[in-house]
Amino acid sequence: MFRNQYDTDVTTWSPAGRLFQVEYAMEAVKQGSAAIGLRSKTHVVLACVNKANSELSSHQKKIFKVDDHIGVAIAGLTADGRVLSRYMRSECINHSFTYESPLPVGRLVVQLADKAQVCTQRSWKRPFGVGLLVGGLDESGAHLYYNCPSGNYFEYQAFAIGSRSQAAKTYLERRFGNFMDSSREDLIKDALIATRETLQGEKLRSSICTIAVVGVGEAFHILDQETVQQLIDTFELVGEEEPAAEPDAPAEEGGAAEQGGGAAEQGGGADQSAAADEGVAPMEI
Amino acid sequence: MHSNPAKNHSLVGPEAASERTLYPYVTGTSVVAIKYKDGILMAADMGGSYGSTLRYKSVERLKLIGKHSLLGASGEMSDFQEILRNLDELILYDNMWDDGNSLGPKEVHSYLTRMMYNRRNKFDPLWNSLVLGGVKNGQKYLGMVSMIGVNFEDDHVATGFGNHLARPILRDEWHENLTFEEGVKLLEKCMRVLLYRDRSAVNKLQIAKITEVGVTISQPYSLKTFWGYSAFHNPTVGAEGSW
Repeated sequence: MFRNQYDTDVTTWSPAGRLFQVEYAMEAVKQGSAAIGLRSKTHVVLACVNKANSELSSHQKKIFKVDDHIGVAIAGLTADGRVLSRYMRSECINHSFTYESPLPVGRLVVQLADKAQVCTQRSWKRPFGVGLLVGGLDESGAHLYYNCPSGNYFEYQAFAIGSRSQAAKTYLERRFGNFMDSSREDLIKDALIATRETLQGEKLRSSICTIAVVGVGEAFHILDQETVQQLIDTFELVGEEEPAAEPDAPAEEGGAAEQGGGAAEQGGGADQSAAADEGVAPMEI
Repeated sequence: MHSNPAKNHSLVGPEAASERTLYPYVTGTSVVAIKYKDGILMAADMGGSYGSTLRYKSVERLKLIGKHSLLGASGEMSDFQEILRNLDELILYDNMWDDGNSLGPKEVHSYLTRMMYNRRNKFDPLWNSLVLGGVKNGQKYLGMVSMIGVNFEDDHVATGFGNHLARPILRDEWHENLTFEEGVKLLEKCMRVLLYRDRSAVNKLQIAKITEVGVTISQPYSLKTFWGYSAFHNPTVGAEGSW
């Protein structure tokens, strides 16, 4: 009946030195619809795929403005994402109150990671089931961080999380060398293309994606739908629909390894189920 | 009903038993500071008055905060020491991030403002007027905070008596492109007037300079004075109701 003897409690180690509950939380991130982030020297662009839960419902918001200089894109449990966004907003506003200056992005991310870490070490808690791409601007330039339920965080030039994110990562890995000097428009273009990579046979439309930008002289804001559609049209991204480059399952292993190793078996299993669901993101309720 | 004094006392709350600064003990007098071409200049004498007794004569009232800020204080000297302890910790924790971000003068000034206003809200003020100056990323900054949290920025500021005696001079003579030498001369002019007319000023002062490059706080030195002016000989002659 039980697949695993060591996965009923967050704080219980497996003999192999793993915390299964934490890894399951990381699976929740993979099953959420994709979120993408990339940065240049001066700008960060966040993008995400919006999936409606049913034909009759609207989709849920996956990109949040934290402050004028910081925003997040989330994948996984949206409810957890909102809680963390609220925390980040309040940290930013408290810093502004005390110092009349914006909170450095890296410091906010550390605080956020510490918050996530606590949940992996308390028997009465559960880890957050959400991954956050935190993009922002501070004294030391533009930054993009990925924040994981395990309490780990990484800084990236470009990254993608969520279902079928490997396709976007493959695209970004091919292109990230030029991102540092990219213009704002080129970043948005790359964000849209990377977003398209995560769609399975579906056409890229402004109704199924959200784009947000923050940069020098530009406060964090979510582009409105008309603007996004115009960008899609001008970049002519709709017509050139190509089949997804890689099948999802083997590719995701790379992602699992990046998140602190492990999850190889679980990763495989979850991915198959995700593929079967065709990215419906059942966890994202 | 009101027979139990202990109960009555507890109505005031446990805080009534705590100690507050109700009046200052050892105080420093004016601080004067100006912006000049390359940064900020700040001057303060080194007297520490115990009431009206000139009790200490080597009190350093200009201190470096972090890399980019200079703090000058007048008022209660032990409160100033507490503020310095707080700021030391603040700067330490800021440095410990080791992430290329650091608190500039604007941030430290804002922090001090919050600290002063917070303490006055507890009816336990830090009995100081603070001057904060600094340079970061080519940006000059000069501001003041009072003991109740009133704060502002200006091109030249002065605390206490300096506000009455030095600032009129600064309003007349200050301009943006003062060189270092001109700035020092102007501050010395202010400090000399204060020395003549502020009874708690002493003739031993320091001038501090902060620029993009760094900070120098001068060794203590004295100003040349001349007490032979006829107005000084019998200052109260003809003044009614005085001795």
